[in-house]
Amino acid sequence: MSYLTDAPIDAQALVRRVIRRSDGAYVLFEGVVRNHHDGKAVESIFYDAYRPMAEKEMEKIVREVEAQFPDTAVAVVHRLGQLVVGDSSIAIAAASPHRAEAFAACRTIIDRVKETVPIWKKERGPDGEEWLGWQGRSGRGGVDG
Amino acid sequence: MPAMKVRLLFFAVLRDIAGADERELTLADGTTASEVWQELRASYDTLADYTQPPMIAINETYATPDAVLTEGDELAFIPPVAGG
Repeated sequence: MSYLTDAPIDAQALVRRVIRRSDGAYVLFEGVVRNHHDGKAVESIFYDAYRPMAEKEMEKIVREVEAQFPDTAVAVVHRLGQLVVGDSSIAIAAASPHRAEAFAACRTIIDRVKETVPIWKKERGPDGEEWLGWQGRSGRGGVDG
Repeated sequence: MPAMKVRLLFFAVLRDIAGADERELTLADGTTASEVWQELRASYDTLADYTQPPMIAINETYATPDAVLTEGDELAFIPPVAGG
């Protein structure tokens, strides 16, 4: 099962992959493209990835979260390519016998994805386009994480 | 000095700067990832201010700047990630 897709995300399909009869709750998180960032208008975002490595890093995160929350089933998919405002860029489903673990597992996955998975976004708006996180990095030195 | 071949992959902003998806490098044995970054800085004016490399991946795994490359390695510099 791939963690990356070039097609619109089917979030309900993700839920069906994780939900079991023993679960009392599932949490579904979707990240969506918003129409602004740092005070600037955003019309679309292009998502790029180092695909084979991104798949491996996603797998690592899923395994870690499953180990951390043993009763919880999780699934995640990230969309790549050109997305417009309102499109879902990522969906995460976590199902568990109890809600606390489902919320926590979902939150852990999105936080970890933002830290380590080699995916990048280029925002486009009326003022032009820009790869996020690159400009102004030079003065800081070292590694961003 | 013996030489080795390494594939250097470009992503995101670095692909735009390099104008290519990847490049094959011929390097002296013992070359580190950080030394490749310094060569890139010398090649592209827009990288001149970036004295420290971004995160580094060798063969699809995060590595440190002082990692020594070996024949056939796939090297990538990872700009700050922005998934989600």
